[in-house]
Amino acid sequence: MLLGPSLALSAILFSLGVAGVLLRRNAIVLFMCIELMLNAVNLTFVALAQLHGASGYVMVFFVMTVAAAEAAVGLAIIIGIFRHKQSVDLGNINLLRG
Amino acid sequence: MTSLVWLTVALPLVGFLVNGALALRRPGAKDLVSYVGVGVLLGAFAVALGVFVQLWLHPPHTPIIVDLWRWLPVGSLQIDFALQVDQLSAVMLLVITGVGSLIHLFSVGYMKSDPGYARYFAYLNLFVAFMLVLVLGSSFPVMFIGWEGVGLCSYLLIGFWFSDKVNADAGKKAFIVNRIGDFGFMIAMFLIWQHLGTLTFTGMVERAPAVFSPGTGVVTAITLFLFLGCTGKSAQIPLYTWLPDAMAGPTPVSALIHAATMVTAGVYLVARTNVLFSLAPLSSMVVAGIGALTALFAATIALRQYDIKKVLAYSTVSQLGYMFIAVGTGAYASGVFHLVTHAFFKALLFLGAGSVIHAMHHAYHATHSHADAQDMRNMGGLKQHLPVTFWLMLLATLAIAGVPPFSGFFSKDEILAAAFARAGDHPIYYLFYAMGVVAALLTAFYMARLITMTFLGENRTGEQERVHLHDAPLVMTGPLVVLGVLSVIGGFINLPPFFGGGAWLEHWLEPVTEPAARFFGLEMPHGQTELFLVGGAVLVGVLGLYAGYRATLRRRTPTAAEAPDDTGLARVLNRKYYVDEIYDAVLVRPLIWFSRIVLWKGVDQRVVDGAGVNGSARLSRGLGWLGSRLQTGQVGMYVVLFLVGALWILHTMVR
Amino acid sequence: MTEVVFYIFAAAAVLSATLCILQKSPMASALWLVSTMFSLAAIYVLLNAQFIAAIQVLVYAGAIMVLFLFVIMLLNLGHAESDLRGPSSVAATLVIVGLLSIELLALTHYSPRRLASELSQWPTYTDPATAFVAGQITQQEGAAHGVVMAVAAPLFQVYLIPFEITSILLLAAIVGAVVLAKRNV
Repeated sequence: MLLGPSLALSAILFSLGVAGVLLRRNAIVLFMCIELMLNAVNLTFVALAQLHGASGYVMVFFVMTVAAAEAAVGLAIIIGIFRHKQSVDLGNINLLRG
Repeated sequence: MTSLVWLTVALPLVGFLVNGALALRRPGAKDLVSYVGVGVLLGAFAVALGVFVQLWLHPPHTPIIVDLWRWLPVGSLQIDFALQVDQLSAVMLLVITGVGSLIHLFSVGYMKSDPGYARYFAYLNLFVAFMLVLVLGSSFPVMFIGWEGVGLCSYLLIGFWFSDKVNADAGKKAFIVNRIGDFGFMIAMFLIWQHLGTLTFTGMVERAPAVFSPGTGVVTAITLFLFLGCTGKSAQIPLYTWLPDAMAGPTPVSALIHAATMVTAGVYLVARTNVLFSLAPLSSMVVAGIGALTALFAATIALRQYDIKKVLAYSTVSQLGYMFIAVGTGAYASGVFHLVTHAFFKALLFLGAGSVIHAMHHAYHATHSHADAQDMRNMGGLKQHLPVTFWLMLLATLAIAGVPPFSGFFSKDEILAAAFARAGDHPIYYLFYAMGVVAALLTAFYMARLITMTFLGENRTGEQERVHLHDAPLVMTGPLVVLGVLSVIGGFINLPPFFGGGAWLEHWLEPVTEPAARFFGLEMPHGQTELFLVGGAVLVGVLGLYAGYRATLRRRTPTAAEAPDDTGLARVLNRKYYVDEIYDAVLVRPLIWFSRIVLWKGVDQRVVDGAGVNGSARLSRGLGWLGSRLQTGQVGMYVVLFLVGALWILHTMVR
Repeated sequence: MTEVVFYIFAAAAVLSATLCILQKSPMASALWLVSTMFSLAAIYVLLNAQFIAAIQVLVYAGAIMVLFLFVIMLLNLGHAESDLRGPSSVAATLVIVGLLSIELLALTHYSPRRLASELSQWPTYTDPATAFVAGQITQQEGAAHGVVMAVAAPLFQVYLIPFEITSILLLAAIVGAVVLAKRNV
């Protein structure tokens, strides 16, 4: 039963993902860090599926599906932005300034 | 008939509405206005007479309450708009409607050529309506409506010719000084409600003796506050200063409001609340003391006034002081007696003065002179030109001086006798008695001075003007005659036993004054003491008249234009002890300074505008600016905010 | 034995993730992320979720990351001079991540026994074997019919409706991606 260590690993990976989101300026790399976070969450689900049954696996299934959809749409948006600004630097995306 | 007593209020009110409408639409319809204005008063007098007769035939032991409608039901406080018909209010009713009718009639002639004729009668009718509400009210709040209403009408009528700033200022002064008194009245009302739980007069009579023990602080406070209201409305020290200025209004107004009716409201109030005053001997002493002081003080000022109406104004203040001496000693019936006789002779004096002024105006108008038509130094020898007015004013002077058998003698003598009698309990009343006697002497003096300067001696009006001086038309002299008769025989309504009379008024008012008699009964002097007192009063009156006559006739009075200014004591008296100037410096200016500098600049501009209004706007903008700093448009920042929020949620859930 | 293997793969995953977030080139970051996913797949196997491991490799590493690589190469991003945000970001990162890891690591104290005791109604009843029935059922299913069946049975029975909705979600995503990315012709 590897519950404890699995959860710890999940926590570390999630934190790394958050750090990446905060540190990187490239939008695509930002997305990849978000994927990293999602992976960490998947690990948690799988680890707990040993206790709570198959619903854990089903959750993982759905998370992956949604991650795929989100990645597709997000990257499409980034491509759109790149067409306008010729860069994916986060500092340049500030048209919503109030 | 008593159930129709509301007609006495309703008729003048209708008169006000009709005349007011005419004033706005057809000011030229003077005949219609005359008929309506005088007619409603005569109608009200007829109803009053009916009410009186009914009371006389079937004297009630408890007041008859005529409930009109439910006015203020507020929790445990139920105030109905109801009128109270009892012996006291019946007397007041007759005086107001009777003398009022005569004055309305006089006004028809006096105000004939005035463009504001309709407006005048509208205001005068409204005044009578409010005055009747005041005396007929069955509870403090209803009385207060009348109290305030007559103050309003007084303001409107004093400032009738408001295009002259002096008149408008006089009106404002009257109203504002009255407000100070009204404040006292209201505080007293609150205290009465708090302690007695009722605001009706019958309730007060019922509960006050049980709730208040004599001489305690609460009832003394209540009565002193009520008396503050009286000093305002009835022009006693310290709130009398508006009355002389009120002479700026038309003379019939001075006769009605500032002699016969409105100023007597204070005396009526004390008589009505006699149960409270009888439970507070200290307050009664204050009332009598202020009355005595005012009587003396005003009489001294009248000695050196040259405007005929000002002399009469200070005379009114002085006579009101007498009435307060009476109610202050517990002789409530005597106070009402003097109120009635004073209404007769003072109204006569004012209307007579009005007749004189009318003639003088006419004369000066004909010769386009700008001399003062009211200054006695411009008169003299008018006996030849205005004989009717002269003889009638002479009768009134004899009455006010207290010469028997005229009305003023009986009422004034009774007041002084009461003061003397009360002195047995509290020696200070001897002082009040002495002050009253001196004031009587001065009263006779200045009245004789007035008559002499105006009617006797040689005429100073001028060669051309003299031709135009003539007596007033019948519509004006008729009421004078009626008032003259009343001034002569009016004393017989309360002839004391000493003279073989039955003291009718006193017995008539007994059901009303009975609650006071329990705590504050008075043993009137009789036998030899009474003889001395009566003799003294007569002596003083006759002496004063003679002295005034001789002193005025002795030296040649210059006309107003060439008269040198007074010096020394005479100057102080003429300038009325500079009281107005003192008030202005001590009260008015500091108040204005305070309002302008502290309240306006300080509070209103800095606190309310600056901190409150502008400050909260600035705060909103500041918060908004802070909020706008979040909207950078930078995705990176938004992500950070996301994570902070998620962290927070996680934190609360882990707990 | 399994623990040793677990720790090896765990270290690999952490290392890959760290390099992923620190690389300058986006391409390198993507490849390190792929490495992380492989390590995670291995760990899934160790956790008795073989089917999930397979899907992880097939879908995540095989489809999604390939998509990322396509986009990176399409946009021709190359090396950036400095891809890290300013020092304020670093400070914010340290604070947030610090707090986050503390919170999360607090969760690691959960052992099955403790979880069971928190979940069960009766305070004395803390045997995870009897508290968590569902887990046992899954394992038995897996042993009897195979891991795929263990996942498929609830997926198509209990969670049928979410499954169908997810397919609609995918449809929306496809349409959205096409619309967003196409040129205005």
